[in-house]
Amino acid sequence: MTTQTGTPRRSLLDRLPILRQLRQSYGIQRGMLIAGLAITIVFAIVAIFAPWLAPYGYAQLSDDNGGFGAQQPPSAAHLFGTTVGGFDVLSRVLWGAQTAALVVIVAVVLSIFIGVILGLLSGYFGGWIDRVLVVICDAIYAFPSLLLAIVISIAISGGRSNLIGGILTAAMSITVVFIPQYFRVIRAETVRIKAEAFVESAKVLGASNVRIMSLHVFRNATRTLPLIFTLNASEAILTLAGLGFLGFGIEPTAASEWGYDLNKALADVSSGIWWTSIGPGLGIVLAVLGMTLVGESLNDLNDPRLRGRRVVAADSGEMVETSVVPAVGTHDASEGDNDDASEGERQ
Amino acid sequence: MSNDILQITDLNVAFSSDAGAVRAVDGVSLTVGQREVVAIVGESGSGKTVTAKTILGLLPETATSSGAVVVRSREGDRESDVISVSKNRLRQIRGDDVSMVFQEPSTALNPVFTVGWQIAEGLRAHNSKLKRSEARTRAIDILRRVGIPDPETRVDYFPHQFSGGQKQRVVIAMALVLDPGLIVADEPTTALDVTVQAEILDLLRRCRDEFDTSIVLITHNMGVVADLADRVVVMYQGEVVEENEARALFASPKHDYTKKLLGAVPRIGQSIEVADRRAPDREATPIVEATDLHIQYPGRLGRPGFMAVDGVSFRIAPGEVLGLVGESGSGKTTIGRAIAGLTRVTGGSLQVLGAEMNGVKERSFKKQRSRIGFVFQDPASSFNPLLSIEDCVAEPFRVHRRDMTDAQIEAKVAELLEAVQLPRAYAKRFPHELSGGQRQRASLARGLALDPELLIADEPTSALDVSVQERVLELFAELQGELGFAALFISHDLAVVDILSDRIAVMYHGRIVEDGTGAEVLGNPTDPYTQRLLASLPVPDPAEQEVRRTALAAIIAEERA
Repeated sequence: MTTQTGTPRRSLLDRLPILRQLRQSYGIQRGMLIAGLAITIVFAIVAIFAPWLAPYGYAQLSDDNGGFGAQQPPSAAHLFGTTVGGFDVLSRVLWGAQTAALVVIVAVVLSIFIGVILGLLSGYFGGWIDRVLVVICDAIYAFPSLLLAIVISIAISGGRSNLIGGILTAAMSITVVFIPQYFRVIRAETVRIKAEAFVESAKVLGASNVRIMSLHVFRNATRTLPLIFTLNASEAILTLAGLGFLGFGIEPTAASEWGYDLNKALADVSSGIWWTSIGPGLGIVLAVLGMTLVGESLNDLNDPRLRGRRVVAADSGEMVETSVVPAVGTHDASEGDNDDASEGERQ
Repeated sequence: MSNDILQITDLNVAFSSDAGAVRAVDGVSLTVGQREVVAIVGESGSGKTVTAKTILGLLPETATSSGAVVVRSREGDRESDVISVSKNRLRQIRGDDVSMVFQEPSTALNPVFTVGWQIAEGLRAHNSKLKRSEARTRAIDILRRVGIPDPETRVDYFPHQFSGGQKQRVVIAMALVLDPGLIVADEPTTALDVTVQAEILDLLRRCRDEFDTSIVLITHNMGVVADLADRVVVMYQGEVVEENEARALFASPKHDYTKKLLGAVPRIGQSIEVADRRAPDREATPIVEATDLHIQYPGRLGRPGFMAVDGVSFRIAPGEVLGLVGESGSGKTTIGRAIAGLTRVTGGSLQVLGAEMNGVKERSFKKQRSRIGFVFQDPASSFNPLLSIEDCVAEPFRVHRRDMTDAQIEAKVAELLEAVQLPRAYAKRFPHELSGGQRQRASLARGLALDPELLIADEPTSALDVSVQERVLELFAELQGELGFAALFISHDLAVVDILSDRIAVMYHGRIVEDGTGAEVLGNPTDPYTQRLLASLPVPDPAEQEVRRTALAAIIAEERA
């Protein structure tokens, strides 16, 4: 058979993690994914362009017309009003997105590298190193994550600090909580992949452990990372807000932070001042919602059993060339393509 | 004919997949009469399992079907079209009129319930007034009838307390307990050893003779078909290409595809002759020499380990192909893995290319590794899914031949792929884009990349369809003749081993019970186990199989006496 078709090579666009799922998705799963992506993209745009979008600086108390005044209701000059400290709420919310995004990036980058490397080593070599690491991770899991983050934040910076210090502190305290998650996922995948024939085949060839781990195990173990990444990102925002709310966040003059603002707005709520809490609250909810939606729909779409598909008519579809004896009658030496498209019937 | 217990008319089934609609069954019509065994044969992907699942309404949600599948009850008083009936009615039909025997008995039974409970569950689902004691009595009765010894005690056993063959008997008992008119058996013996397979086939024959049940038998094993089937339906790419009485079909297949399928079935004594093959040099130092080899897997704390290989001695001369046959758990794969250094040797001596494997250090064995090739059983997992075939086949060079440039490696890989008859264009493809047979050939190319002196092939064809298996075996024989490597060929299939091997060793419970040339071992077996193994192997010829069946019954009777 010269007209071998096979599965055509997928273009780069198709293989990018999120775009591929977007094309595969269907129905309500697609709606969830698109909603999540839209919210997350808006969050990212706000974070990047906060200096231009925000009408005032995050620590600005006055402009040419004099001081803003504390607890001013929404007006043309201050769309969301001002806080008890005299800051513009809208500006604080927009700048807060930037802080949140920075913390998410630093926290995830720090924990992803350490977690993945430890998980690979632990799963591949096993033995005592595996047992020790698993016990440590279990111990970290046993602590409430916020408590752990508070302890680390105190240990690193005494509780409060400037922009860089504050972001790093928050990120590192989140990191400690996240490393075990990456560790566990990668370790479980590594243990599974280690038993696959292609790893044994590499061992039989005499390939070094480093080569096997980097080329064969690591690349196959990272499939679930985008998923934990998105879920962890939303958790990082919550932890940061929690830290700020409890007073372990970043100084208001160093950066804007939603948790801190919520804390300060606490007393306003009972005295009928609603505008100071709505802004930062919505910021947290939307950012977390967006990333969770993306994460959850990626989770469903990654699993062929959960993935929704269009219903087809009974007599539709092409008969796939699954046969290995090519077209009876036209004897030919080469085999037909065994397409995986018929996965349904092999279940 | 209104007497037919099953009537399928113009059945179409399509699946929705990521790539759009895929058709699996295309206008199939067939009938099954009372007390008739109809075998549906075909290679994987031919739609035979989908057809069988449709009979019980077991298709997944992604499937849509049209046509009519009419199931009649045994008495002929009810008939219903499985495709259009309500879910409630479908539940009644399942069990009362038609039931199923699954391929893998160990997953078809729930491990946390006793077998008695599981049999009674089916009874209670169809008759909620049934008393517990009565259900138990019926469970014991059916277990006895399917040949479980001492059913009064065994009814309270859990599935793990039964052997594989007995588990399959329990699964068959579950299918029979409601006395359905039709049983659908999907590859009922594929997961079982040959000797156990013969027993289960006997039981299925009794289902027809004693329980008056019709059977739809799905299988790819032509020997099983010849043993059991009254009528055969051959499926190819979702269509029925031929349908005939079993004897007539085996004697004079009409369709080209059926002829090919039958021709590809390996038979004993059918070795592939390769021109100018170098004869094995038995005088030279052997490539592999095992003396009183013991391999023990560690047990759990406080328990003795499992002795997988128990005092085995053999040698493989340069250029010689040694076939290792045995049932699952006989230790044959363990020996192959020990030679490749994947499993630790715990006792005795195993010399591989001059290195002693008992207590070997990975670093000192690395040099020998380039002289050993390995072909794995499962073509689906033996390649890294993220690397192209070219990168996979090139790996031996990248590990051992650091001096070669990329261009040299590329040329060498192209040469290797040509040697295993894969088109050059396949180098850039990814493993999942190749069929099982093609992947297994690429695997062979990788195993032979460094021109090894020893190739270990662990069941290289057992996951393949017969027609593909034939080609892989031919290729193996050709390359062996050309390159003259020594090989350890591990398989559970006597006929496959016989085709390729100079000498055959039969393993049973960790020991080699018999070895010699193919003609010696298979022509005139002296060990009772080999005799039984040989007699259990079904041949694709109904008349001859009947003779063999009686011979096997005699051997078993003799053993029992």
